[in-house]
Parts: sequence; structure tokens; C-alpha cells
Amino acid sequence: MPIERAALVLIWTAMAGVVVTLLAPLVVAVAVSVSSSPVFNLPPPELSLRWYRRTLSLRELWPSARLSVEIALLSTGISLVLGTLCAMAVSRGRFPGKTAVVTFMVSPLMMPGLVVGVAILQALREVGLRNAYAGLLIGHVVITLPYVTRTVLASLSLFDFTLIEAARTLGCSYPRALLKVMVPVLAPAFLTSGLFAFLASMDNYPISIFLVDARNKTLPILMLQYLEESPDPTIAAISAGLILLTIVVLLAADRLVGLRRLADF
Amino acid sequence: MTATRRPDAISLLALPGALYLAVAFAMPMALLLITSVYPESRLSIDGYARFFRDPFSWTVMWNTIKAALLTTAICLLVGYPAAFAVARATAALQALLLVALVLPLSVGVVVKAFAWTILLRSDGVVNRLLMAAGLIEEPLRLLFTQPGLILGAVNVFLPFMVLPIFSVVKLIDPRLLEAAATLGSGPVDRFVRVTLPLTMPGVVAGVAFVFSMSVSMYVIPTLLVGDRYKTLSTLIARSFLFMRDRPLGSTASVVLLVIAVAVVVASAMTTRSYQRSH
Repeated sequence: MPIERAALVLIWTAMAGVVVTLLAPLVVAVAVSVSSSPVFNLPPPELSLRWYRRTLSLRELWPSARLSVEIALLSTGISLVLGTLCAMAVSRGRFPGKTAVVTFMVSPLMMPGLVVGVAILQALREVGLRNAYAGLLIGHVVITLPYVTRTVLASLSLFDFTLIEAARTLGCSYPRALLKVMVPVLAPAFLTSGLFAFLASMDNYPISIFLVDARNKTLPILMLQYLEESPDPTIAAISAGLILLTIVVLLAADRLVGLRRLADF
Repeated sequence: MTATRRPDAISLLALPGALYLAVAFAMPMALLLITSVYPESRLSIDGYARFFRDPFSWTVMWNTIKAALLTTAICLLVGYPAAFAVARATAALQALLLVALVLPLSVGVVVKAFAWTILLRSDGVVNRLLMAAGLIEEPLRLLFTQPGLILGAVNVFLPFMVLPIFSVVKLIDPRLLEAAATLGSGPVDRFVRVTLPLTMPGVVAGVAFVFSMSVSMYVIPTLLVGDRYKTLSTLIARSFLFMRDRPLGSTASVVLLVIAVAVVVASAMTTRSYQRSH
């Protein structure tokens, strides 16, 4: 069948194109980071770790990396608690307007990040909160909470609550039944949603840009500032570090819950 | 469900999260909308009148929508067939392909946009490949142009098109297609009447994801085009961070918000009417 063969050629050509272009930027960032050349020559004329050494001398870099990781961990932790409680209420509770509540809980993801950032900035000014750390944390919980609520809710809707009753019949107290039966079933949902919440916070630019100050800059803000001021392969070394971090996190997640869940949309 | 039924105790668990978003997200958004029509303690639509009278605003809005439409269209054209390849692959290959989709999605957009500035340079990899393939004689100017912006944006948002379509393609029962073939339907007919309708929910989801993200992208145009190609996002950032023009920034924010929300609502309505008719 010529048409079917043509279709096969088409889908595999498209896939090859997708894979190559998706991986190209990652490969290029790593290749430039190990090059001895200060301009972005490819292939690298000589291998060198000088740009990695230079990251050590960037005074602002490490505090900013630390700030990003702290904000990401804290906002993910807060979102896991608030999001799980909310998902339990929606899946088990009885109240009117459930669909509206779910839509509201995931709505920050559907709004342009920059607009949410502007809105939060104005509101913080209105109430007189000038602490950048607190402002960043407030903003980042807004964007990480939807990931957790959505994923845990989807997982809870598949959970068989008669298992809790069974555990109680067998002599478990209610909190113990939740801990022993429900938490293990939900663990993959906690992990995947926590992972994406963490990465979304680490990567956030549009909300953070309005909430940072001169002394508290998150990593994406600092990186874009370096790129606009003095683009040299140091930024590639930082990028390579972030890519490596992402690979490690994904490998761990794959071990724990399997890759297929991460790709679930 | 009756609205008069009293909420039970477990419903209260939704309160902390919902209240948090009400205070930290909904109220600021409402405040933004209010200040855009109520700037100096009196009702006024001067901000909007000024915005819509200025031909520059229309250029910016058209730039924003054009870039988002082109990005979404190319993502759909490339992503739709690619999703079928992922679904048809053997288990081991499928795992690899999913890695190739999920890893770039997890890497930050600043890293990817920076890498594209290197790829798109006049002596960059893209130009050298095109020249080696004999497609062009001279290096093309890609960086700081609209095609370069679209190429970078397509690349960043492609996984958000492929994954939702893949998630519906993998659910298609192959027996449906066999049944259609047995009943004398040709390959084109089978695609148009069986496969395409079944994949529409994934297409709608992917289009909504990609369009709403590309209409509000900021990092990608900042690095790949710079100031020459203004979009609503870059205008908002500039008016708040550099020009200190709060009224202009608020107005542009509301315009961008309306465009983005319209897309989300339209896609939700499409999905709902589609589910009702099937």
C-alpha cells in the first residue's frame, strides 16, 4: 500500500526531526561549556574546564542558586500539603460547585505568568510587603499549587476508598489506615507532581522578575542578566550543570515511579 | 446535586489551599483589573482608549498573535505525526522517545533559549547544516529575526503538543481501524473518519497548551529577537521594569490576559461540545 508506506515515512521523519531539534540545544550547551574558546565555536577547538572553574569566581552565582533551590523546595513542600488537602476535599467531600473549585485551583497555570507576576507585585506593594524572599515564596506557591492539586486529584479519583474501610475492619485506626493504605498508593502522584512543581519553580522567570530585588535574585533572573551583559561560555557551564541536575532528578523519578507516568498528560 | 445541601466536614480540607489562592492570586488579579479602569480613584477607560488609539499597540498585538499562531501551527504539523510514531514504537524505543520528550521539557527555558542563540548564529550549526545540504549559498540571518523566534519557540513548546496527542493515540483500539477496513474503507477514508475524530481531544488540548504558552512567552523573544520585535509580554515587562509606565503596563496586561483566557475557554467549550456529540 503506497499511501500507508508514505504515512509511515511521514511519521518517522517527523519524529526524527522532533528528537534531533529537542536534543540539539542541550547538546550544544554542554559542548560549548567544555570548549576552551571564549566565543561560541562549534565543535570545540580544545576541551577545557575553564568555564566551570570560572563559575566558582562568580560572586552572585552561588547565593542565587541557593535561593532558587530554597524557594523551589519550600514552595513545593507547601503546595504538596495544601494541594493534597484540597484534592481530598474535592474527591471525598460533599459541597456545591466542585468543578468550579477545581478550575479555580488550576487556573494560575492558564494565565500568562507575566500578568500574574505584575498582579502579585502590585498587591504586595499595596499591603506594604517589601521582603523579596517572602514575595518570591508567595508567588511560587501560586504556580506550584496547581501541579500538585491536579495530579493528586487524578490519582485519588482512581483510589478505592473501601480499602480504608477494610484496613479499619482489620483493626487499623483511621489515621494509621490512611498512612498505611492511602499514602503508598498516592506516593507516585506526590513524586511526579512534586518534581514538576520543583522544576517549574526553579525555572520560573515571568513571576520572579517582578518579585526579586538587587540582593535576592533567582537563578533564571541572574542567568538572563549575565546573557544580556556579558555572554561567555560560563553561562553554558551553568546550563550544563542544570541539565545534569535535571537528568539526575528524572533518573531518580524513573526508578521510583517509571517514566510513563512522567509523560502523562 | 442541590445547592442547599450543607458541605460536610471533609470539604473543609479544601479551605487552606482555596483561601491561599483567593488571597495570593485571585485578589491581586482583581486588583489589577480594577486599577486598569479605576486609575486615580475615579472610573476611567482612558488607559484603554489611549492603548487602542495607538497604532503601535495594534502592531504589538498582531506580533504577539502572529508568533503564537505560527508556533502553534508548526507544532501541530510536526507534532501530530510524531505522536503516532511514539505510539507505534516498540516498548524499548518508546521509552527512549519519551525520554527525548520529557528531558527537554524539564530543562529550563533560559538554558534552551540561550542554546538557540548559539545554534542560530550566522556561523551556527543551523546555517552550516543548510549550507552543507546545498539548500542555501549564503548564511541566513536567523538570530534577531521572526523565523528564528518561531524556530526557538516551536522547539521549546513541541513536547506540549506531542504528549497530549500521544496520550489519545495510544488509546485508539486498532480493531476499529480493522473493522473499517473490513467494511471497505480505504486508508485515507479511515484516517479522516476514524483516526482524526478520535484524536481531536488531544489536538485541542495540545493547541490550547501551545497557544496559551506562546502568546505569553517572554524569555524566548527577549533572547532570540530582542527589542526589534515587540510582543505584549515584552511591552508589559518594559513598561513596569524600565519605563515605569504603570497605566500602559496594566492595560497591556489585561489585553494579554483576555487573549490567553479566551483561548482556554474556547478550548474547554470545544472539548465539552465534542464530548456531548460523541
